[in-house]
Amino acid sequence: MMKGIKKWRLFALMTTLLVFLAGCGREEISTLIPAGEVAQDQFNLLILSSIVMLFVIIVVSIIFVLAIVKFRRSKMGEDMIPEQVEGSARLEFLWTAVPIVLLLVLAVPTVYSTFDLADVSTMDVQAEDGTSTHLTVNVTAALYWWEFEYPEQGIVTAQELVVPTDERVYFNLISADIKHSFWIPSVGGKLDVNPENVNTFYLTFDQQSSELEDGVFYGKCAELCGPSHALMDFKVKSVDREEFDQWVTAMQEEEPAAVEGDLAQQGEELFGADGLACISCHATSGAGGTGGVGPNLATFGDRNRVAGYLEHNEESLKNWIEDPQEYKPGNLMPEAASLNDGEALSDQELDALAAYLMGLSVEE
Amino acid sequence: MSSIAQKKGFGATIWDFMTTVDHKKIAILYLISGGFFFLVGGIEAMLIRIQLAKAGNDFLSAGTYNEIITMHGTTMIFLAAMPILLAFMNAIMPLQIGARDVAFPFLNSLGFWLFFFGGIFLNLSWFMGGAPDAGWTNYASLALASEGKGIDFYSLGLTISGFGTLIAGINFLVTIINMRAPGMTYMRMPLFTWTTFVASALILLAFPPLTVGLFFMVFDRMFDSNFFAVEMGGNTIIWEHLFWIFGHPEVYILILPAFGIFSEIFAIFSRKRLFGYTALVFATILIGFYGFMVWAHHMFTVGLGPTANAVFALATMIIAVPTGIKIFNWLLTIWGGNISFTVPMIYAVAFIPSFVAGGVTGVMQAIAPLDYQLHDSYFIVAHFHYVIVGGVVLAILAGTHLYWPKMFGTMLSEKLGKWTFWFFFIGFHLTFFIQHFLGLMGMPRRVYTFGADQGWDLFNAISSAGAVLMAIGIIILLVNVVMTTIKNERVGNDPWGDGRTLEWAIPSPPPFYNFAQTPLVRGLDTFWIEKMEGNKKGMIFAEPLGDIHMPNNSFIPFVISLGMFIASFGALYFLDDDKPWALPVLIIGLLITFGSMLVRSLKDDLGFHITKAELLEDAKGGKTDGH
Repeated sequence: MMKGIKKWRLFALMTTLLVFLAGCGREEISTLIPAGEVAQDQFNLLILSSIVMLFVIIVVSIIFVLAIVKFRRSKMGEDMIPEQVEGSARLEFLWTAVPIVLLLVLAVPTVYSTFDLADVSTMDVQAEDGTSTHLTVNVTAALYWWEFEYPEQGIVTAQELVVPTDERVYFNLISADIKHSFWIPSVGGKLDVNPENVNTFYLTFDQQSSELEDGVFYGKCAELCGPSHALMDFKVKSVDREEFDQWVTAMQEEEPAAVEGDLAQQGEELFGADGLACISCHATSGAGGTGGVGPNLATFGDRNRVAGYLEHNEESLKNWIEDPQEYKPGNLMPEAASLNDGEALSDQELDALAAYLMGLSVEE
Repeated sequence: MSSIAQKKGFGATIWDFMTTVDHKKIAILYLISGGFFFLVGGIEAMLIRIQLAKAGNDFLSAGTYNEIITMHGTTMIFLAAMPILLAFMNAIMPLQIGARDVAFPFLNSLGFWLFFFGGIFLNLSWFMGGAPDAGWTNYASLALASEGKGIDFYSLGLTISGFGTLIAGINFLVTIINMRAPGMTYMRMPLFTWTTFVASALILLAFPPLTVGLFFMVFDRMFDSNFFAVEMGGNTIIWEHLFWIFGHPEVYILILPAFGIFSEIFAIFSRKRLFGYTALVFATILIGFYGFMVWAHHMFTVGLGPTANAVFALATMIIAVPTGIKIFNWLLTIWGGNISFTVPMIYAVAFIPSFVAGGVTGVMQAIAPLDYQLHDSYFIVAHFHYVIVGGVVLAILAGTHLYWPKMFGTMLSEKLGKWTFWFFFIGFHLTFFIQHFLGLMGMPRRVYTFGADQGWDLFNAISSAGAVLMAIGIIILLVNVVMTTIKNERVGNDPWGDGRTLEWAIPSPPPFYNFAQTPLVRGLDTFWIEKMEGNKKGMIFAEPLGDIHMPNNSFIPFVISLGMFIASFGALYFLDDDKPWALPVLIIGLLITFGSMLVRSLKDDLGFHITKAELLEDAKGGKTDGH
């Protein structure tokens, strides 16, 4: 009820401001272009508080400008001694009372919204057949990557979160090492990812990410977590429920599709236990368990970026495999040479690995 | 004073400052070392803005960048802003209440040297294996994971300098309670003294939680205790609470004295009594009180739950009320006044819109659900720079111009001062205004680089350009200081012509005993009252001229602090197997400290007397040796 009134009141103003602010930032990441209910609520609070604050600034500015223009010494005379006024109880009351009223205007939606956004009571609601009615994603943050587990569906992915649109998605956040913070600016935010406890909240995704220029929303780590904090990005694909279900089914297939092409097959061998043993840290099946040492690569070929922020092509992938420290200082992935008895990988081997990894896909 | 110093020769002057217990000289020490650290912190700020001037810049490496942001924040808060404010408190507050010195001159000196050695120790980390890199907030999980000695430098350095600050706070509290001149009731105290009083109380209550937190940190890192080690059942959130229980009042420790300086300036240069003095005093006390009730608003996203978030959101909003009271009382002070736009007044006038802008974004962030978006983004970076630069640093610059003649007996150039102001002020808004929008556009804080595909390039470039203007402003200020010192045109008691409080009734700089006869205070703005009634002496006296008892200079505070400094290196390397000398160094350092304390305790130091004859001689224009 209250939310309805708030939205209705602010609608006209918001539209105007949206046009004005459209130049501010990219829709993949800007909080000023909300793409979900949570971000929209937060944006409404931003507009409401901005209006109140603008009012304060205008009042202060008027008194301020008048005072410094009217009472300059050049106007008042060099020797003029002003009357030594002590104060005014009436005025003191006025500028105590008015701010309190303004704060009440802000306090009511603040308290309402604080409880509203923290309400995860429907998270565990189950349908008659025992399945949850809402999607829950377990997020584990690690130096410097993100794991996304869908416990109900029994699948795991990393670095790229895939979610259905137009429904609440619940998140359980925990860190595998040190404190991080989970933030998708244009969809709503943010919640810290602590090492000692699970934090829970929800977001809704009201827009399909395919409508965006880059095809994904940008997610960030917002808490300083070491040298590569700035590079600890993830991406979000929001798709409609039907497409999401298809994706889940594809992920649930235990056996990945057969690798095609000689080069890619060679890459698979290199990747495996008899080659460089990449697979001891990186799972390649979405149906695997959680707690991987490195990101699950089942969807690698479908991703938008390499290592969360590099352009998604074989060139960046090969650079990354050769020298991960160069691209994400402080991350835990070993240099390729150290897995190859100290010898750098040949161009051919790199090409093979790249071909194999780019072929890992669950999308049609 | 400086004419005496010139006669003494350079070495003797240095010795004089190393042993002084005179609050005015200690103020100069605070100003010089605080100013030095301000420049260091400023250089670090410039490196940050160079790195962020364009997308994907590789001017600084990721690790170095984290060290620089950590040291920038730590240096600016602990080693620049606070000491410079302590300089003004030391220089002015005893004069404002008509005292001959602070209550504990020896401790005053000890406080300074502890701060100084702590600050030097912290900055030596740059040359001894790497600076701290977990942010000035030093959140525990990252701090425990940090390799190298940086975090140990941070914990030990801040512990030592924190002792110094705590000592200073206690000293000021006792001074203001006990040493006010006859007639100087609490409600006649100048507002700068009031804010010093409240800020000192905050220091007294806020620094112990920090010290506790730092002790836990030292023990966790050096002796493998598990206060914050999650895998052993520790909890990192405890650090966040301890840090912010200190950290939020710390903001008010900085801003309240700034408010005090501006209150003095508004009254002086409007030639008008402070409007609503009583309201200003109570607003100050209220802000100090509320300052302890809001720390968790730094932790809205930690996951404390909606009840805690809502309570702390409302508590935070309430602070806007006393702050608003202050703003309007200042506006009404200049309203109907006779405003002279000297350099201090320009800063004070510019402070109002700058600080209001910082204040309103503070209220916006008090709205917890909105803060989920703003927290740890560039919006918060913009907010706290608006408050700290737009409030505290503008006050420091204003105070430097205002009190320079009282501290050094000569006036900074008004012309160069105005140049500094315009460069700094325009640069400040250029740098930080745009950062609000960077935050709203999704840019997290503390990122060493950003991609060209995030849409943040232009605003970051503008922000960096603004930083250059600020740097130019500070360079002009340095030129101003040098030129003023060389010219050395002496000024009289009341160089601004409209002084209202007791410090303007005595020579600039004052004699080392401040007041030959203790003044009698007849009301608020006591010097103004005497001036308006045509009293040529500027004050009436509460006592006849007589002998004055003064404390002796002492080298012991320096030695006590030096011992702590040496012991810290022992503690730092204590656990390294390849450094067997660490333990002896630790022991020697502590022996020096406790040994000198023992000497201080056992040796009687009764001070000395200035005789009435000497005072009369001095009044005639002769010189008394100030020891």
